[in-house]
Amino acid sequence: MNAVQPLLEVQEVRKAFPKPDGGELLVLEGVDLTVNEGEIVGLLGRSGSGKSTLLRLIAGLAQPSAGAVRFCGAPVAGPANGIAMVFQSFAIFPWLTVLENVALGLEALRIPAAEIRRRTLAAIDLIGLDGFESAYPRELSGGMRQRVGFARALVVHPNVLLMDEPFSALDVLTAETLRTDFLDLWCEGQMPIKGVVLVTHNIEEAVLMCDRILVFGSNPGRILSELRVKLPQPRNRLDPSFRALVERIYVEMTARPATAPARNELFPGLGIGTVLPRVSSNLLSGLMETVAASPFNGTADLPKIASDLQMEIDELFPVAETLQMMRFAEVAGGDIRLTDTGLAFANAPLDERKRIFSRQLLNYVPLAAHIRRVLDERPSRSARRSRFFDELEDYMSEESAEQTLRAIVSLSRYAEAFAYDDENATFSLDNPT
Amino acid sequence: MSTRVQPFGFLRSLVTRWDLIALVMVIGLVAFLGDASRGLLGPVAKLQTSTLSLDPHHLPEYAARTTLRMFAALIVSLLFTFTYATWAAKSPRAGRILVPLLDILQSVPILGFISITVVFFMSLAPGKVLGAEFAAIFAIFTSQAWNMAFSFYQSLRTVPAELNEAADSFHLSPWMKFWQLEVPFALPALIWNTMMSLSGGWFFVVASESISVGHTNITLPGIGSYIATAIEQRNLHAIGWAILTMFIVILAYDQLIFRPLVAWVDGLRFEQDPSGHQPRSWALTVMRRSRLVSAVTAAFYALVRWTSFTAGAGRRRGGAAAGPSAGYQDMIGFALLVAAVALALWHIIRVLLAHTAVAEILQVSGLAALTMLRVFVLIALASVVWVPVGVWVGLRPRIMEIVQPVAQFLAAFPANLLFPLAVYAIVNWQLNPEIWLSPLMILGTQWYILFNVIAGAGAIPGELRYAAQNFNVRGWLWWRKVALPAVFPFYVTGAITASGGSWNAAIVAELATWGQRQVQAHGIGAYIARATAAGDFHRVVLGIATMSVFIVLINRFFWRPLYYFAERRFRLG
Repeated sequence: MNAVQPLLEVQEVRKAFPKPDGGELLVLEGVDLTVNEGEIVGLLGRSGSGKSTLLRLIAGLAQPSAGAVRFCGAPVAGPANGIAMVFQSFAIFPWLTVLENVALGLEALRIPAAEIRRRTLAAIDLIGLDGFESAYPRELSGGMRQRVGFARALVVHPNVLLMDEPFSALDVLTAETLRTDFLDLWCEGQMPIKGVVLVTHNIEEAVLMCDRILVFGSNPGRILSELRVKLPQPRNRLDPSFRALVERIYVEMTARPATAPARNELFPGLGIGTVLPRVSSNLLSGLMETVAASPFNGTADLPKIASDLQMEIDELFPVAETLQMMRFAEVAGGDIRLTDTGLAFANAPLDERKRIFSRQLLNYVPLAAHIRRVLDERPSRSARRSRFFDELEDYMSEESAEQTLRAIVSLSRYAEAFAYDDENATFSLDNPT
Repeated sequence: MSTRVQPFGFLRSLVTRWDLIALVMVIGLVAFLGDASRGLLGPVAKLQTSTLSLDPHHLPEYAARTTLRMFAALIVSLLFTFTYATWAAKSPRAGRILVPLLDILQSVPILGFISITVVFFMSLAPGKVLGAEFAAIFAIFTSQAWNMAFSFYQSLRTVPAELNEAADSFHLSPWMKFWQLEVPFALPALIWNTMMSLSGGWFFVVASESISVGHTNITLPGIGSYIATAIEQRNLHAIGWAILTMFIVILAYDQLIFRPLVAWVDGLRFEQDPSGHQPRSWALTVMRRSRLVSAVTAAFYALVRWTSFTAGAGRRRGGAAAGPSAGYQDMIGFALLVAAVALALWHIIRVLLAHTAVAEILQVSGLAALTMLRVFVLIALASVVWVPVGVWVGLRPRIMEIVQPVAQFLAAFPANLLFPLAVYAIVNWQLNPEIWLSPLMILGTQWYILFNVIAGAGAIPGELRYAAQNFNVRGWLWWRKVALPAVFPFYVTGAITASGGSWNAAIVAELATWGQRQVQAHGIGAYIARATAAGDFHRVVLGIATMSVFIVLINRFFWRPLYYFAERRFRLG
């Protein structure tokens, strides 16, 4: 084999899905990536950044709209032999025993029964599932189920292992055990695999496991930056250089909105076409209170607050960004800093809070302002939801429009800026009767 | 029993043009069959069938034959399900018409259809009983297949994406994927639906064994014919024996097949967290310990493996679209569709419209409206009775354990076996048939309301009930704010099934006979029954078509909106 040939090559890949109205939804654009032998490469990003889609392109489960995916030099056109995948929800078959689940991939390859049995038992042994061979998945804990997922992937002797957030459905302790076990096997070279691609939204997990980390941005999904992790295995989370790397990634990931307002290119500022995350008003005020109080006193380090509040970036970032959008806070350099309005909100009683919240909402969230304006102009003081839904659909997918409207309903209810009646799907200025 | 039957599945919009196309095609098909059968009636009339003996000693044999018909139909239904539903799910293009077609077919009243199919099938095997057997099996098939196909289609469409991806990334061939992923995933819902359809099927198997078309009497040996003969000879004793036999047959079916299967399939569920109540069955435990049964299942698995091993290689096409040929196929499909619709329309015009005056169509619609009134009044009455009872029972686990299976059992029992008793009473006491024949329509179907409400009340979370107690919510307020909203989605599901069943029952309930005496009510059921007895196929077709249209409209504009409203507003969790 050619020593310089990379295991996996992804070149100029673009992926778009058709929309019902004939347009297309761009999910990935201009993605380049190489995976060499002996590497664990992490794809780190928030949900909606297209990292899972990229993993499926590599797996051959979907085809790119443009660009090329090559595995050992050959183009990937369908699930390739030599690439195996571990899934977030485990994706093991509940009606098969552990043994049958692991053997399934070998049966599909038409390997003789005796050989299947030998290899299956070996994989079960390797991954620490001894004694569970005849158990059904429903009898297993989440950690054991994911071990079945790993054994099933390893038994086909793949060159590349693809992992789609394999630990995110597990509790903290179990996830850590599985990570450590996996890294031990990897470092001792006990597994047949030559390279790993790991999709994750957990920054510490990426720094703990990967040799290289690609940070993804959203709308459309693309690679923002690449970091090499040179710390020796096993890594220590408390090691200052480990912490420094984590901090650096937080900075990278929070720097984006300030430097690259890519998704708003069509509109000056934040137009009504902005996709709003669904964030509860409890989380918004909760985060403001936490940051306002000691020990943070108005400015907090995001990694610190994430670990204090036990929040993943997928949960924390939308809250922080909503605060930023409403000018309650500024997020930059891995820090969140409350504005004067944010501080005032945190220290105000409930009535005053609602007044402040309503003002910020109508001033800085264009969709809220838009809905309010339409309601004000109409003699009936009410408007159908579908009117705004259709408008949003010009800018975003149906799903995002749904989410954005739900978000605006929730925010405006808290602010008492306008009312929404779900039964009739109507916005109005009425007070609830 | 936690599996819910979803009556409408994926069909969310009220009426699409595909529904209209499907409606035209189905009515066209009925018209075609009716017309074809009319021409065939002559030769069939020469067929002689042996008369039945009313000696109770023959009943076991008759029961066995009735049961055999049932299971023959089941096998055909399964074949239909695996092919039709898979086709509809795998080909979005075909699914566009196949799914509405299923929905319309569901609304065709099976009992009205039997006379047509009997003649049709007998003409295929002239002079032999086989044709009548086919017709009976076909009738039962139509009572099972649509439902099962719907369930399977829904399951195929909801296989979790990651399981699909896992199967693909581990190179399972389509054949292997079907047996190792799709069928096991669909099985719990399919088995539940099959068992419910089988339960409902007893009604039709009994009704389809003894048919009179014009001057032809077709009698197949079975419990249904036994009853028919007993009615003819006014033999109450024989009727009693038949009811007892049916009771035993259903009990055996319930204990030896229904319950074991439902308990077994509970283990296959995809939702992996065991939910409190798990169905149990003594028969399943016995079978699990039996060597014979495990040998059979092992052989089946080996067969699946072996076919997977030998069937076409696991090679799959890349995701690339079929390109130019896709447009080509679209055109052929479109041309076929246009041809089918044109043919259907031609038959409708030739058979239905050319022979019937507008006045008759109006008259039939009026009769259908009368029957509709009956169905709604009866459902309302049954609801007033069974909803409170169901809630009361559902909140008491001890009583529920006894009553729930009994209600399911009663739903399976073919109520038409009891009709003679009612007719006897009406004739004897000179009651008004317009009113007193009506309850027969809901005799067998009211239990669906009861056992669904029981299930709903049983599913009210304990904490909600404690909360109501804690805040002293009692009396009418408790019914209004707690019990009724909580069971409402379940109630709607039950009422939909009951309503559909009642329309079908109207055909046998609105015109009843006891020896030489006939009592009848005004309604479309009696219209179809009379036309059948007279061998007047134009009127049979007109009656069926009108009833189908009524059922479709009621489903679309009443039950379906109500169902989604209930799901949205009142579904807990």
